Amino acid sequence: MSITILYFARVKEALDTDKESFDLDENTSTVEHLVAQLSQRGNIWQSTLAEKNILVAVNQTVANFATKLNDGDEIAFYPPVTGG
Amino acid sequence: MIRIQEEDFDVGNEYNLLRKNSQSPGAIVTFTGLVRDLDKGEKITGMTLEHYPGMTEHSLAAILSESKQRWKLDQTIIIHRIGKLLPDDQIVFVGVTSAHREEAFLACRFIMDYLKTRAQFWKKETTDSGEHWVEAKKSDSQSADQWKNKS
Repeated sequence: MSITILYFARVKEALDTDKESFDLDENTSTVEHLVAQLSQRGNIWQSTLAEKNILVAVNQTVANFATKLNDGDEIAFYPPVTGG
Repeated sequence: MIRIQEEDFDVGNEYNLLRKNSQSPGAIVTFTGLVRDLDKGEKITGMTLEHYPGMTEHSLAAILSESKQRWKLDQTIIIHRIGKLLPDDQIVFVGVTSAHREEAFLACRFIMDYLKTRAQFWKKETTDSGEHWVEAKKSDSQSADQWKNKS
């Protein structure tokens, strides 16, 4: 099972990544599991993804840590929005 | 209508289109947002706008759709620019037409309040001290929250 992860704005710069493919294993069934796996990459991943106000979308719909993940999903992590 | 674009827009043209496309408009309300030249006393020399292609459009469409559920509106438009901008540049345009001014005023404000807090845009300012991402403002969340229990 493979998903696409997108990172935007401050999150993208902190992690120096804008987009990646990620293989889900059977233990990665929710956003929370995904964050736990990504956090193992190092301090900056752990601290950035642990920020209180970080937002997540699954398939371009606002989601949360309990949201379930499926093959082919597009996940996005981003900070609070500041347009307008 | 929703347009996310790098190019500038002409408020006169947009106003004429709103007027032409409306069936029987009694009121047209428009809002134009510009890039400020000062933030917390610091001089802004430039700004970069980033968005989430696809999701941003969906979010804006949802905001327009909700505005049309709340009020009797004819035409609605949001134009939002992305990419590199300079102080005084136009950044956002909202236009609403309705039979009556009250609905047009309310809807225009509602659309801007929700755009500020629910549409995936991010501003990065350039100042003399360098570049930094703009932080979300609590006052913007409070403005959007006001609509929760209002019709």
